Amino acid sequence: MASSLSEELTMNASATPIPVKIVVAGGFAVGKSTFVGSISDIDPLTTEAAMTKASEEVDDLGDATGKKSTTVAMDFGRVALSQELVLYLFGTPGQDRFHFMWDELVRGAIGAVVLVDTGRLEHCFPAIDYMERAGVPFVVAVNAFDGVLRHHPEDVREALDIPEHIPVLVTDARHRAAVRDTLVGLVRHAMSVAATNA
Amino acid sequence: MTESNDDSFRSFRVRPYLLTGGRTRAAVDLPLEALVRTTESGHASLATQSRERHQIITLCASPQSVAEISAHLKIHLQVARVLVGDLVQEGHVATHVASTQSTTDRPDLRLLEQVLDGLQSL
Repeated sequence: MASSLSEELTMNASATPIPVKIVVAGGFAVGKSTFVGSISDIDPLTTEAAMTKASEEVDDLGDATGKKSTTVAMDFGRVALSQELVLYLFGTPGQDRFHFMWDELVRGAIGAVVLVDTGRLEHCFPAIDYMERAGVPFVVAVNAFDGVLRHHPEDVREALDIPEHIPVLVTDARHRAAVRDTLVGLVRHAMSVAATNA
Repeated sequence: MTESNDDSFRSFRVRPYLLTGGRTRAAVDLPLEALVRTTESGHASLATQSRERHQIITLCASPQSVAEISAHLKIHLQVARVLVGDLVQEGHVATHVASTQSTTDRPDLRLLEQVLDGLQSL
């Protein structure tokens, strides 16, 4: 952490790469796992986290006795961008009641891709609300299921009341090139946000 | 992304923190994507390590994220964090996260440019 990025990048190629992270959000069954799997170098993996309602206060398991715990699973993939950079893509847990994990997921992230199924527009509301409130750079990506785009992106923007500065893109979660272009769109947006905040 | 019904995790559901002596907080701050790499000291210590610590040290001969360690060892994320935190403090592994010059916890412009170049070369 103490060394600068340039120092890190000039280290030899066998040095540990720098990890970066993008969050893939959206409603249940909108294609998040497919999106991640289409570009990941590895078969997507699943990590599980155990949570108690009072997990923030629980330091010692002894205190947790009798508290109901929940297990939340997150799928993720890994993409080597260069010798020095590795990108992790984390899918958000689908259910609203797992929003407590999102703080963890977005911490330090480049930003988020909010996947939208135009057949079930309302399913992406929680994700959009969350990213707006948390100040996470995000793009809305309309997933063209079966290669069919049922609604024009600008109609989706209007229906969801997405501000002008947030890109609304079309993607196809099954295709690597479309997924890559969506990630490029997010990174460009994150750069414009970073430039504005600098 | 859904509640898992994978039985492979089940055996750890009962008492996942037995492996950590009941601790649920890691000794060092470890983001999900923090990359963990085995040190020479870690390699040298292998013969004396318990099963899970041995697995982590072996796995991280090539850098792995905390999330990957959790997934490969089929242990909960928090358990992986505590075990890795201990190994960091003992010098058996080293961790790497992105440094940033930005005022937020987001990657800075220079890093974002590198990411953009990387994505466009895919």
